Amino acid sequence: MPTIRNGLAVLALADARLPNGGHVHSGGVEQAAASGLVTTVEDLREFLYGRLRSAGFTSAVFAAAATHAAANGEVDWLVLDAELDARTPSPAQREASRAQGRGLVRAGRAAWPSPALDTLVAVTGRPHHPLVLGVLAAAAGTEPWAAALVAGYQSVSGPSSAAVRLLGLDPFAANAVLVDLSGELDRLADTAAALAHLPPGDLPAPGSPALDLLAEAHHHHHREEVRLFAS
Amino acid sequence: MPPDGHHPHGHRHPVSFDPTVTDHDRHEPTPLPGRPFRLGIGGPVGSGKTALTAALCRALGPDVNLAVVTNDIYTTEDADFLRAAGVLDPDRVEAVQTGACPHTAIRDDITANLDAAERLQERHPDLELIIIESGGDNLTAVFSRGLADRQIFVVDVAGGDKVPRKGGPGVTTADLLVINKVDLAEHVGADMTVMVADAHRMRGDRPVTTQSLTRTPDAPDVAGWVRQQLAVPLGV
Repeated sequence: MPTIRNGLAVLALADARLPNGGHVHSGGVEQAAASGLVTTVEDLREFLYGRLRSAGFTSAVFAAAATHAAANGEVDWLVLDAELDARTPSPAQREASRAQGRGLVRAGRAAWPSPALDTLVAVTGRPHHPLVLGVLAAAAGTEPWAAALVAGYQSVSGPSSAAVRLLGLDPFAANAVLVDLSGELDRLADTAAALAHLPPGDLPAPGSPALDLLAEAHHHHHREEVRLFAS
Repeated sequence: MPPDGHHPHGHRHPVSFDPTVTDHDRHEPTPLPGRPFRLGIGGPVGSGKTALTAALCRALGPDVNLAVVTNDIYTTEDADFLRAAGVLDPDRVEAVQTGACPHTAIRDDITANLDAAERLQERHPDLELIIIESGGDNLTAVFSRGLADRQIFVVDVAGGDKVPRKGGPGVTTADLLVINKVDLAEHVGADMTVMVADAHRMRGDRPVTTQSLTRTPDAPDVAGWVRQQLAVPLGV
């Protein structure tokens, strides 16, 4: 496992208090709770495990690839962005990712400005969240592995917090479930970092149809009802 | 230490560290040319934020180019409220989801609200005023100065005449405190004299307004205050 350099940036990027708009996204938990699919801490454990292995892995792979690309200079951001589009079949999820990317650009411009960030935004308009995260990690002087770690962690930390807020779960139990994913998160970051140099089209593409369906259901069914989260 | 920052032992501090002094915020927002004025309206649940927002739209709408961001738990009922009141084109309303944390969305992480304000600006480039209505929250909820140029805190008589006395950043630091629904005072046994006196005591020289939208549906006092704020360039 690599030693983390510039650890403060890594911790700040992973911190739920980072003002990038992440707190209004539940990653499917709001819909899962409304559908009765997640009601207990044990349900949450299963949900988070699945989310980390699918959406979390995809996010980690693209964050690591973006860090690698930003650090090495030669990259077609449009292609990398489009490849993540292709791996995100749900339009609602694509929109949630771009919305969070926009929020992270705003926070990142103040904290970790870089020419790569300017280029990414100029080329793609509203880049996907993992790409922004990867570019900020590079600007902060850290490695693809750390970017993957943060991306993977965020794929489960936000949803876990949303479950506590929506279901009134015991926060200690929910936190313990999250921390149980430690080994899985390390393996995921190792794999993502090892693949970061690949051409965008060759990056992995794990599917998660249940999350896709939850995201679409959230978007459609909640238009006329109360929605507390944007996704 | 007195509010002017003079220190007994011969030097002065730029700000007062005395928590009992309700000093004005000296870190005014930086003026941003070409950006509409952003007015925050906060306050507890049911105090009348949406009704005040609608009243301001009615009063100011004819001559101020305005739009609204609502953080209230948003259903079509809210949109219908503004639409039925005939005060605002639905195209000028943006709803924000706050992730069940209304104070976070206006204070700690204002991203979703800034995004909504920017969407309104993109659709209506000549906007002069964006009213940002917070979700109903508690007395500690205030707007970040990064989001709102000025903010109004709304409390209501029916919530109890002790509310101003309880203080909290909403009551003590908002640019205008509105005590709403004064027509209900006699029905809920609220002593308006005490309530207003408490409000002034907690706020120093900051303004306090009482109103009843039943009696004056266009909120003339608050609308007048907003016009004054709009007339002053940001940062002055």
